[in-house]
Amino acid sequence: MVKFLIRRLGLMVVILFLVSIIVFSLVHLTPGDPARMILGQEATEESLHALREQMGLNDPLYVQYFSWVTNVLQGDLGNSLKDNTPVLTVLLQKLPVTIQLSIMSFVIAMLIAIPAGIISATRKGTFWDYFGTTFALSGVSVPPFFLGILLIFVFSISLGWVAPSGYVEPWKDFKQSMLLMILPAIAVGIRLSAEITRMLRSSMLEVLEADYIRTAYAKGVLERGVVIGHALKNALIPVVTVSGLQLATFLGGAVITETIFAIPGIGRLVIDAILTRDFPVVQGAVLFMAIAVVVVNFFIDVLYSILDPRIKLTGGQ
Amino acid sequence: MEAQLEQKIVVVESPRKRRMKEMSSRFFQNKLAVVGGVFTLLLILMAIFAPLVAPYNPTEQNYAKFLQSPNGENLLGTDELGRDIFSRIIFGARVSIQAGIISVGIALLIGIPIGLFSGYYRGVLDEFVVMRFTDALLSFPPLVLALSLAAVLGAGLQNAMIAIGIIFTPNFIRLVRGEVLSQREREYVTAAKASGISDFKIIFRHILPNCMPPILVQATLAIAAAIISEASLSYLGLGTQPPTPSWGAMLSMGQGYLGDAPWISLFPGLFIFLTVLSINLFGDGLRDALDPKLK
Repeated sequence: MVKFLIRRLGLMVVILFLVSIIVFSLVHLTPGDPARMILGQEATEESLHALREQMGLNDPLYVQYFSWVTNVLQGDLGNSLKDNTPVLTVLLQKLPVTIQLSIMSFVIAMLIAIPAGIISATRKGTFWDYFGTTFALSGVSVPPFFLGILLIFVFSISLGWVAPSGYVEPWKDFKQSMLLMILPAIAVGIRLSAEITRMLRSSMLEVLEADYIRTAYAKGVLERGVVIGHALKNALIPVVTVSGLQLATFLGGAVITETIFAIPGIGRLVIDAILTRDFPVVQGAVLFMAIAVVVVNFFIDVLYSILDPRIKLTGGQ
Repeated sequence: MEAQLEQKIVVVESPRKRRMKEMSSRFFQNKLAVVGGVFTLLLILMAIFAPLVAPYNPTEQNYAKFLQSPNGENLLGTDELGRDIFSRIIFGARVSIQAGIISVGIALLIGIPIGLFSGYYRGVLDEFVVMRFTDALLSFPPLVLALSLAAVLGAGLQNAMIAIGIIFTPNFIRLVRGEVLSQREREYVTAAKASGISDFKIIFRHILPNCMPPILVQATLAIAAAIISEASLSYLGLGTQPPTPSWGAMLSMGQGYLGDAPWISLFPGLFIFLTVLSINLFGDGLRDALDPKLK
């Protein structure tokens, strides 16, 4: 286990190093002058010169990268070009909003996916299976921004049940906060639920063929007991791992959904920063999201190795 | 005599032809996949012959007819500038399909050679550079990376396609590398090596054709995902620029009129959904037909 942990930790460090290079390259290695890219074509020579000096753009590239990484490791992601606020402060302000959206979406995804996956697998070839698989394929095919607009049209404009956009912190007005967040959470959660339903169905089908399931039936255990007590427990293991890999796509969905519903989270921040060419914020937010994905995947891999002891024997291969 | 001859012909039918027959019969048994394929084909034809199919010029403004609901003259209604939604959707299909095919083409062009060489030669370069680099690229939310790249390269369809192509590349590198790893241990590769054929020929003439089925399936499904990505970029203003009609931009423009004229947003959205669903159905059917074990 220790050997596996060290190996996996080393891998994470290498990936984080490459992630930092990609984020750095986003602005510094693309053709053209980064200062002009940030300030736009109409910028004066003086302002360009000042920004080049401020960003250290006259230094060799490796010096620029080293100084950027050193600052990042000390928690300094630079300042926003818009209002000079430290990027880390802005990110930490927006983080709870995105976490709330993520948790609610994840709960909705699981509430849909687990029953749908189980029913599709245990009733293979029936109407319910086709219903489940069609739902899953539709969920994967619907663009999150269209789903968001559709939900606003139906539940806000036509039925008038909830406000179409806005955000209230849950500790200020819990009910209102939940009401405002429910449509965005459904918009993000549906896609994740579709992915998990597909994975859970195939994973359950495989597990249901196993000898210990037949043994459980032979011992007289009821179907519900076999499915939930034995099959689901094991079928969820690969699903958890793949869900970790889905985190990146999930965050992408959150980004566009926050924009549609005017939710002041990291997603909307990154879109606003991209549209206003606030590159320090773009770099900081993109780096932040990628680190979140890498770290979550690390913990999922460790969890997987605890749940499935075969991983330890092969040293994580 | 003739009957005997015919029987002989059937017996000596090449395994490749037999496999193709079995595959197409499996594919055509899957009704949903066939429906998906037919819809996709119709859409491609619609995009190619857009000037003949569209009843109006998609960019022509007519202020006398703005925000009209669907009617006999304008099948799917008009937008805030009086432009015909149906004609704009037909021309928008050109953008979506072009974006899907070209961006996946870029990903294939970069991903296949890297995956082939990385999997065939393995070693430090494969383990520590190529694979870790794909790990790193896959750690970014794809849409965010595409948006950042599009912002850096500049708004526009061409740059959007490059950005989407780049974000899809690691998936193909991983897929091709995985396939090569299993193919390189096969006897036909050992035999080719023993007979002195160059590595280059072994990789491109022998291994690549055997890796094609999963690449084909993945490419089909990636086209669907690329269409969503392009629509997302256009929705946010970083993809196709006005006045060229694109589904994502139409959705975005219509969002402000959702209460008064929902058709402006809903019809383009519906077309994106149906297109992506059809390609996914076709891709799933193709996968099941090529490898029924994966079903």
